[in-house]
Amino acid sequence: MRIGDQAPAFEALTTMGPISFPEDFKGQWVIFFSHPADFTPVCSTEFLSFAQMKEEFDKRNAQLIGLSIDSNFSHIAWIMNLKEKTGIEIPFPIIADVDGKVAQLYGMLHPGESSTATVRAVFIIDPNSKIRAIIYYPLSCGRNIREILRLIDALQTADKYGVATPANWVPVPQTWEFTEENTKVIVPPPLTYEDAVKRKEQGYECIDWYFCKKSLK
Amino acid sequence: MSQGCISSDGKLSERALELIRLFLEKDKLTDLEISQKLKRPLFQVRSSLRELCLAGILEKVEEFYRITEKGKSYL
Repeated sequence: MRIGDQAPAFEALTTMGPISFPEDFKGQWVIFFSHPADFTPVCSTEFLSFAQMKEEFDKRNAQLIGLSIDSNFSHIAWIMNLKEKTGIEIPFPIIADVDGKVAQLYGMLHPGESSTATVRAVFIIDPNSKIRAIIYYPLSCGRNIREILRLIDALQTADKYGVATPANWVPVPQTWEFTEENTKVIVPPPLTYEDAVKRKEQGYECIDWYFCKKSLK
Repeated sequence: MSQGCISSDGKLSERALELIRLFLEKDKLTDLEISQKLKRPLFQVRSSLRELCLAGILEKVEEFYRITEKGKSYL
């Protein structure tokens, strides 16, 4: 899968019903991204951040689609958990790629990183279903959602004005708002029931048993 | 895969009924108009339209969708 290729077609079940891709998304920009697994902390921070910035994606006529090798029931349970614990609803579909066929098709499985979980891939696909940008992040590092928005802005600006954009280009002068919260790191989730039960007593900032942060200071 | 518009016994879901009721106001609609009227994502509307067309409840003529005689029987 390379930049400039037509996005391969597939049909899939999502948390918002079945989709036929890219047919159902023609005329829109698509941010098609994979995450390693449901109920994992880094992925949870990414989904919450995508959800909180949905209006920004809407303004750019861009539709978000998530994917992992989890079942639809798992996806639903996870996003209900996020809603319950944070009040934030995930307003975009998540593909249940249980057999990993879509992940294979899009090269989202990188065996050197994990043979069972998809890496943090992002495909930016234009309204004519052409792949315009691809980003890969490892399992351990959450993505910068503002950078994904900036990339869409850059692509749309390049298309509209027939220009290219330089390093660190932004459409309007802005200061990205990073706060103390952005300096915190994720505590790896517990791997046993016993550890999960104890997790909330260990002094971390926990949203739920699998989703805890701490400060490195 | 079903969008859940039509049950196994042939009944339409509330979501499907909401969609086909739009054709009481206007003879033909585009997918984008339907998406805007229902305030539902375009991809989801397109998936529902595909299912309803396959069931013979709607038909697509160029970029417009129209309700069929079979579709009218559900209203």
